[in-house]
Amino acid sequence: MKTDPVLEIKGLSVDYGLGNQAVRAVRDVSLTLNRGEVLGLAGESGSGKSTLAYGLTRLLPPPGVVSAGKVIYYPPGGEPVDVLSLTPAGLREFRWAETSIVFQGAMNSLNPVYKVSTQLIDVLEAHQPGMSRQARTARARELLKMVGISEDRLDAYPHQLSGGMRQRVMIGMALALEPKIVIMDEPTTALDVVMQRQILRQLVDLRKRFDFSVLFITHDLSLLVEFSDRIAIMYGGRIVEQAPASVLYRDSLHPYSDGLLHSFPALRGPRRDLVGIPGSPPDLRSMPSGCSFHPRCPKAFDPCSVDVPVLGTPADLQGPARKVACWLHPIRNSAD
Amino acid sequence: MTVTTEVVLAAEGLTKHFPVRKRGRELLSRTNHVVHAVDDVDLVLRRGWVTALVGESGSGKSTVARLLAQLYPRTSGDIRLHGESAAVSTARGGRRFREYSRKVQMIFQDPFASLNPVHTVRYHLTRALRIHGRAGKGKQELHSALAELLGRVQLTPAESYLDKYPHELSGGQRQRVAIARALAADPEALLADEPVSMLDVSIRLGVLNLLRNLKERLNLAILYITHDIASARYFADDTLVMYAGRMVEGGDSETVTQHPAHPYTRLLVDSAPDPDRITGSAQGLVQEEGVGEPPSLITPPDGCRFHPRCPFVMDKCRTALPPRFDVGDTETHWAACWLFEEAKA
Repeated sequence: MKTDPVLEIKGLSVDYGLGNQAVRAVRDVSLTLNRGEVLGLAGESGSGKSTLAYGLTRLLPPPGVVSAGKVIYYPPGGEPVDVLSLTPAGLREFRWAETSIVFQGAMNSLNPVYKVSTQLIDVLEAHQPGMSRQARTARARELLKMVGISEDRLDAYPHQLSGGMRQRVMIGMALALEPKIVIMDEPTTALDVVMQRQILRQLVDLRKRFDFSVLFITHDLSLLVEFSDRIAIMYGGRIVEQAPASVLYRDSLHPYSDGLLHSFPALRGPRRDLVGIPGSPPDLRSMPSGCSFHPRCPKAFDPCSVDVPVLGTPADLQGPARKVACWLHPIRNSAD
Repeated sequence: MTVTTEVVLAAEGLTKHFPVRKRGRELLSRTNHVVHAVDDVDLVLRRGWVTALVGESGSGKSTVARLLAQLYPRTSGDIRLHGESAAVSTARGGRRFREYSRKVQMIFQDPFASLNPVHTVRYHLTRALRIHGRAGKGKQELHSALAELLGRVQLTPAESYLDKYPHELSGGQRQRVAIARALAADPEALLADEPVSMLDVSIRLGVLNLLRNLKERLNLAILYITHDIASARYFADDTLVMYAGRMVEGGDSETVTQHPAHPYTRLLVDSAPDPDRITGSAQGLVQEEGVGEPPSLITPPDGCRFHPRCPFVMDKCRTALPPRFDVGDTETHWAACWLFEEAKA
């Protein structure tokens, strides 16, 4: 287990709106992304997972505001950088070259009136102005080849490509400047299972070759278990559990993670009746008191509706890799 | 599992071709291109029985649902409701169409789009009841009909939902209202086109369990269209697999998902995310081979439509269309694949 952090999020909170009308979409989230790992971030819609991603890359559209916290980027062999206090020029250098993002519904993120080549070359023009025209075209070709699209598609328009190919172009574009971190926000949700698998396979392969870290955001936990190294589960703007993928799958501690894991019918093994999670996700404008999951939780007891549980390593378990925020598993008495 | 109940809705040789608009030089040519969206589909919906139709997007599964609901006129083939053939050119809005749609109702994928945002739940349901002549006489009867409908989809007490607008409801509640609206016609067959794929994972099962419950209580025939083969196994009695506009495999759900016969079904089952396959990290993913994409339906491949991607392709597959062969493990399991030609002989 590598513990070499590449990105550290400390106590990040994101509000939409200002003053007492603000809705807090992300609450006090701390998360560490290690070098070369795939960190999965799962949760229902409205749990704040995309807001977290936009917050830490400073891409939040107004009225979104980062109201507290720090995001620290550790460049290889360099001084740590606080992303949230970067100057506009510094931010411009940081984006794409260090951290790139593949957006939700990436199938529609390409500009329909420009050729794929124009859009790929545009990135290189903006970030590496010294490059010659031939070198740029060659690099665009190389990028397409890297994601498994034949070079003659360079002059195609987005509508001439299938959904899977457009998604590959987006991934290729994200990797154009060889960033250290790639954030993927539901990159395969719009695709079929077969195509989804092909793209994930490609991503795994590319990650091996270029050694970048991935923050993979999705609502499909079954996908994450197979694909990521560690998983963090979000609910109501907070991270409620964090553990290595296989550990989380075998033995989840938080009742919400447990509920999510039992929301997928299994393709193999015995057929059993499943119930999902009763109730619906919380309304961010009027969050329940205490643990935000307690109105839906089958195991809720007295403290759950009063106090907010803190994310920490549970006392009854060994190893620092696991964290959970639940009163069923009181955390170890320590500084964190 | 081989209990056969009454057939409610049957389709035979159902075919739908959409014309392609001509552009530029094509305007002068005489050939008319068509998209072969659905070709020669046979399917049977039984009372109290869930049939799943599984396939990728673009495989024609939604077109099948719309053909069965008579929202599209079909190119050829036959649809029979209780053995009675539905007219090919059922004009939408005509009396015969209305009679047909009273018995065959559809639930759409997106409950955010299928409910009118400027009307309340009460309006949506009252309208459906009135159109199908089930609103009763007077306010009292209407109200009890509304309450009963909402009770069936587990939105109780009815009073707290009737005057809500769609935006005040969660996705799961909205889909329940859409289901209640379909039930207002007191249908015999329900065509559910990806009813849960737009919902949050934690509430999908609630809606599926509700549909199963309704099937048992009201003895409905349900067509469940999905791209998620694992949920077909969970929810459906029979599963049919569609690829590029044609049926490729069918049988009871357990057999089709556990012992898939057609190479496409195998690919589909292998591609489904499976947490049990974890190897610590993503190593297992790398070893599999690439598999291409579905074909263009304007010029579909000759022979078996899966042959360009098939790992077991033979010469025969490139020229001749495989008919349905019995696979041999259970009575109802069949596959349209030349690999099973000998099993039949």
